[in-house]
Order: sequence, then C-alpha cells, then structure tokens
Amino acid sequence: MDHNSRLLKDRLIRRLILTLIVVVNVLIVGIVLALGARSWPVLEATPLGRLLFSTEWHPSDGRFGLLTFIVGTFAVTAGAVVLAAPPCLLAAVYLSEYAPRWVRALAAPLVDVLAGIPSVVYGLCGIILVVPWAGLSVLAAAVVLAVMIVPVLVHISVEVMKAVPRELREASLALGATRWETVKHVVLRKSRPGLFAAGVLATSRALGETMAVLMVVGCSVSIPRSPFDSAFPLPALFAAQYGEMFSQPRYEAALMASALVLLVIVLVFNITSQAILLRFARS
Amino acid sequence: MTQPSATGAVGLKPHISVRNLNVYYGDQPALADVSVDIPDRKITAVLGPSGCGKTTFLRSLNRLVDSVDGVRVSGQVLVDDEDLFDPAAEVTHIRKKMGLLSQRPSPLPMSIYDNVAYGPRIHGQRDRAALDALVEHHLKLAGLWEEVRDRLRAPATSLSIGQQQRLCLARGLAVEPEIILADEPTSALDPVSSAHIEGKFRELRDRYTIVIVTHILRQARRLADYVIFMYMGRMVEHGPAAEIFDNPREKQTREYISGVIS
Amino acid sequence: MNRRAAEETFFKALMGISALAIVAALLGIVGTVLWKGLPTMNLDMVTKTPTGAFHLGGAGGVLNAIVGSLCLAGGATVVSACLALPIVMGLNVYSRRASRLVTFTRFSMDVLAGVPSIVFGAVGYILMRLLGLPASLLVGIIVVSLLILPIMIKAMDEMVRLVPAEMAEASAALGATRLETAFRVVARQALPGLATAVLIAFGRGVGDAASVLFTAGFNDRLPDSLGSEAATLPLMIFHQYNSPFPDVQNRAYASALILMVIILAVSVTARILTRRLSRHSIR
Repeated sequence: MDHNSRLLKDRLIRRLILTLIVVVNVLIVGIVLALGARSWPVLEATPLGRLLFSTEWHPSDGRFGLLTFIVGTFAVTAGAVVLAAPPCLLAAVYLSEYAPRWVRALAAPLVDVLAGIPSVVYGLCGIILVVPWAGLSVLAAAVVLAVMIVPVLVHISVEVMKAVPRELREASLALGATRWETVKHVVLRKSRPGLFAAGVLATSRALGETMAVLMVVGCSVSIPRSPFDSAFPLPALFAAQYGEMFSQPRYEAALMASALVLLVIVLVFNITSQAILLRFARS
Repeated sequence: MTQPSATGAVGLKPHISVRNLNVYYGDQPALADVSVDIPDRKITAVLGPSGCGKTTFLRSLNRLVDSVDGVRVSGQVLVDDEDLFDPAAEVTHIRKKMGLLSQRPSPLPMSIYDNVAYGPRIHGQRDRAALDALVEHHLKLAGLWEEVRDRLRAPATSLSIGQQQRLCLARGLAVEPEIILADEPTSALDPVSSAHIEGKFRELRDRYTIVIVTHILRQARRLADYVIFMYMGRMVEHGPAAEIFDNPREKQTREYISGVIS
Repeated sequence: MNRRAAEETFFKALMGISALAIVAALLGIVGTVLWKGLPTMNLDMVTKTPTGAFHLGGAGGVLNAIVGSLCLAGGATVVSACLALPIVMGLNVYSRRASRLVTFTRFSMDVLAGVPSIVFGAVGYILMRLLGLPASLLVGIIVVSLLILPIMIKAMDEMVRLVPAEMAEASAALGATRLETAFRVVARQALPGLATAVLIAFGRGVGDAASVLFTAGFNDRLPDSLGSEAATLPLMIFHQYNSPFPDVQNRAYASALILMVIILAVSVTARILTRRLSRHSIR
C-alpha cells in the first residue's frame, strides 16, 4: 500500500467514525422525538396539567391522568434511596478508608455480581424474601430497589472518596485527628458533591426499574397512602398494559406518553448527576 | 531557501533548521523564539536544567508537541527544506525520517519481532523474507540480535529495561530514518545498559543526524559534536562541543557547566 | 476510653454492619435462587423445549429461552461492538481536534446509559411498527444493541483511556497515521479491557427483559432465523412466575438459576480472558 492510499484510507475512515459519533449523540434526541410523535394524539388532546396532575385514569373514556403513576414512581424510588443510602455510604467509607487490601479486592467482584443480577431475578427473590412480611406494596418494591441500587451507590461513592488527595488526609491525621474525624471533616466534606451525584444517579436508576418492581409492587391504580399500600409506578404501567394497546384508539398514545414522562423525569435526574460529577472531576 | 544559516559560521551543513520557534502550553510559554540549525550527520546534544524546554524542543522536531491539548506553535521547523508546521505538510511522511527514543523505553504491545517490523509494515512492506531480513539487520544494528534471536516471538515486555531501549532503537532504525531524536534515552537505564546505548550512538554518528536531550553533562561531553544550551525556554547558546564546554560565551552556560546551576 | 475514640468505634461498628448487610443481601439472593431452584432443576430443563403441557406443569424444558437469550444477546453484542469500537477509537485518537465533541459524547453516553430499558422497549416497539416488522429475533437484536451500545462504549472508553500516551506517541513517531496507531497499537494494548467490556455488555443483554417484552416475541420453538420469534430466559421467568400453577411458578426459580449461571459464567470468563489476553500488554 503506498503512502497516498494510506492517507486516503485514514481520511475516509475518520469521516466514517465522525459520522458514527454524531449519530450516537443524536440517538437520545431520536428517542424523545419518537415517543413524542407516538404520544401526540394524547398530548394534543390533554392539557399538560391534566396529564401530569390528574388522577383520572379512564382509558375507555379517553381520560388519561398520570398522577397516580407518577406518585407511585416517586414513592417507590424515594423509599429505595432512603433505605439504601446510609448503609451504602458507610460501606463505601469502610471500603475506601478502612478496609485492608484483600477486602477491597474481594468487594469489587461481589459488587459486580450484585450489579449483574437481572431485574427479574431480583423480583423473584423479593417474592420469597420481602413480600411475605411487607406484602405486595410500596415498601416491598422499595426494599428490592434498595438492593438493586447498592452497586451504583457503593461504586461511585468509593471512587469519589478515593479521588480525595492523600495529602489532605495526612494533613488532618498529622494534626492529631482520629481516622473517623478525618473522614467526617475532610473526606466526606470534600467529596460531598460527588456523593450527592451518586445519590441522584441511583435515583434515576431506581425511577426506571421495571421488572422487579412490577413483580412486587401490587399494581393497583390508586395513590398509596402508606408504605404498605400497593402502587403502580410508570415503568410497571407500561410493561403491564402493553397488551391492551390495541384495545383503545388512544391507549397506545397514552402509554407512550407515560414512557415519555418517565424518560423526561429520568433524564432530569441523570443529567443533573452527570453535570455534578463532571464538575467534581474537573476541580 | 536563502535565509542565512545560524551555524554557517562553523561550516556545518544543516539538516534541520529551526526558525523563530515559539511553543505555548495554554498561555504558558514553553519555548521562546528559538532559532538554530542542527548539523547533518553529527551528534547534537541539547543541554539544560530540567524545565528549560529541551524536551519540548525535541518534541517540536517531529511535531509530537501538538498532540498535547491546548498547545500553540508558531515558527518553522525545516527538515530538508520542508516545513513541518506547514498545515499542508504530511506529518506521517516527515516523521518517517525520524526515529524517536524516549526517556523510558516504550515497547509496543506485541512481540519483539513485530515491534521492529511494525514500522516497515505500516509503510507498506508485506514481504515475509524482506521483513525477516529487516528485523535481523536492525536488531544487529542496535546490538540486540544475539540476545533475542531465539525468542523473536516473545513479548517485548519479557526483555529487561536496557534491552527494551535497544529494541526501541532498532524499531526506530527500521523505518530507515535520517534523524534519530533521543530524549534522555539512558535516564531509566543501569550504567551498563547506558554505556551500551551510548556506544551505539557513537557507531551510528556517521550515518545519522542524532539529536540527544540530556541533563548529564558528562554524557554530553562523551558524545556531542555540537551543543545547544537552553535555559528557561530560551536557547542561550549553541556551537561546536569543544567551544561550548571549554570556552562558553554566556554567563548562564558557564555557570551550568561549572555546576553553579543545575 | 474517651469520647473521640468511642465515636470512632461506634461508626466503625456501623460500617461493619452496613457491609455485612450488603453481603447478606447478595447471599440472600443467591441462596434463594439455589434453594428454590435446585429442587425443580433437572436435565430436561436445559436440553428440551417446552411441550404443549409445559406451561401447565407438564414435561419439557426452557432450551428455547436459553438459545433465544444467547442468540439475542450475542447478536446484539456483535452489532454493538462493531459500532462501539470505531467510536471509542475515534474518541481517543482523534480527540485533539474536536475535544469538545469528545467531552460531549462521553456525557451523552452517560445519559444514554441511564435511559430505562423499558423506554428502549417502547422505542423498539415504535420502530417495529414503523418498519412494519413482526416481533422477532431481528427486532429484539436491534433493541438490545441500542440498549447495550452506551454501556459498551463507556466500558471500552474507560479501558482505552488507560493506554499510556507514550505508546501512541511511539507509534506516531514511526510515521503511523492516527488510525494505524489506534487499531494496531492502542486496540491491541487495550484488548483484554475491550474483551471485558464486550462481555459486560453481553451480560446486560442476556439479563434484560423489559426491552424485549414487546419486540422479540415468545414461542416454544428454537429460533431458526432472524425473522422467527425468540423466547428469552428473563421473559420465561416472568411468564412462569405469572402462571397460576404452583409447579410452573416454582420452575421460574430453576430458570433463574440457569440465567444466574450464564451471567456468572460470562463474568468469570471476562476475568480469565483478561488474564490470558494480556500476554503482550504492557503493564
């Protein structure tokens, strides 16, 4: 191959790669547009306020208020984050500040295994381990989700704390602080934005989780009044109702609208956390 | 090119001509207005305390500087009258004329054989027998052949650091360059390996233009025909080795050579 | 013991409890799957396709779902890898000219990786209707490749960024173009990492149910072409669990056991492969 054809090839492939990069970047836009277009019949006919803040879900009359499902989504997610955050934060402190090398070496694959367990399997185990005492309820879903977001929380928290420079810790220890005091005053303070971002990211994961929640949350179309009430989060709605899509003219559009609302909520949380993490990484 | 040659006075034919070279990392100047000619088929040593810009200078000679984010370069580097920083210049073609030896050996993630054959292969050599011959020839030239002839398929990382550096030399020679750029090539090596590399340079000096960056004064004395002294991003002085070492004109050069600054 | 030391001890104890709780959750899941799955596990499960009575508790196995899952995830992994590899190489090798695009792409991949799989399912459904295709292995592969593409890009990118810049420079100094450097040197050095990234993505693909709920179809036969419907293990588990027959419900745990074994095998393979392939890599 002579010199010129080498360079030509280089330029061609470079063009191709650039095109691919641009395409993956607009993928997310494509997803939003596709959902928007498909849910248009409902978006057009229903004022946004009614769609988001009405509890009237009567597909047969063409009334689609998503509030019940939005509340269900947030109830389950909030419960999961509240349950998972404290132990995960403490475990992350242990892993990054106290644990001997062999524990750390063991923890990494364990967290990976936890992250790799499929959603349906979490659901099945929730049936056996959680539902017997919590019922098919918000609480059951929150517990199952809490375990599911452990890997994200622990992984990012450890990474964020590890990024705190060693000199800062040493400076604190040299002043006579105990290890815990160093963690409390230096490490945790320094990594607060990153830890917050980890929480927000875990929230965005929990918001979109489908199968496991669907299996343990009970799926009744009502706003939960207590943790032991059943609920119907957005992803579960979509997964459970898709079979009905063809039954009503506007039903498919309504379900697509629910997916769009879910996506927008998730994106807000996700982009927030990524922005915080990005700024944190720069400083 | 009719510009007056900076080394014209000493009667050496220039191979690389650097003209008003400025390099900035962001707003931080790293090289300020460097103009110098590097003589053909001689060993030129670039001397100076650490942070004086000598590595930046060397990396400008094959345009690796602008692989760093936020770098701005102005001026010219003429290799055989071809400007390296001309936007139209084909940098891979010019780089082929130069072998680079870095501070730490940088073997590529492949076998000993493939490391040496890498350059010829990307430049179009496909013939098995020709490649075998090239590899053998250049490993011999770098003085490594006897040690590796039985394990050419072994990973390059199985070699000692000193052997790896000679492998990198062989790899650089295999693209048949005219110029060898070396950035403190012995700083990571033990004394025996260092002596080995220095010996190779002395053998190669008649055939190649060699530019070696070093902070070891004695190494420069042992090797250099021509010396460039740099300080704080400026070129302070340049000239034949004997002149610079025995009779430096500038105060900073004198202080550096006598060990007042280092 | 003074107050400071007491505080240290107290929090260390809390950390220990947290870490143990997480390990207990993992053991609980693995234990449940083994305890409930082993009794209903037999050779037929992995070697036979369902007979007509299988869904009522009759004879047969889930081979159709095993094969379906492997084909689906395998196909999607191949498609994604073909897209991800050039993209990642582009991000890392051409980065200088367009560093803003690179930063943005990394950001948007983080965002895309956070899109819930049920949303991918919805978009896949829209795409399927748009193209006029029936639910099939082909559509499933398209949807799952979209789902795992950002995951693979992120994982590969992380690995490629570990390749020392000097190595790329050494290649450039020999007159190699950026492309030659990318595919002959950088990719080679990162090969174990790239293989791991591919397997991580494969694992995600095998385990996901929500994205193929309405796009891959479901039947009792082995898929014989891209156009045929394909059962998947996660969906098989979900359907078995939803069955009114206790015998079939119990089989869900045996299917889950199979799924867990596949996922564990994938992650162990990733680790072994990493070690095997790194013969030429420079550490």
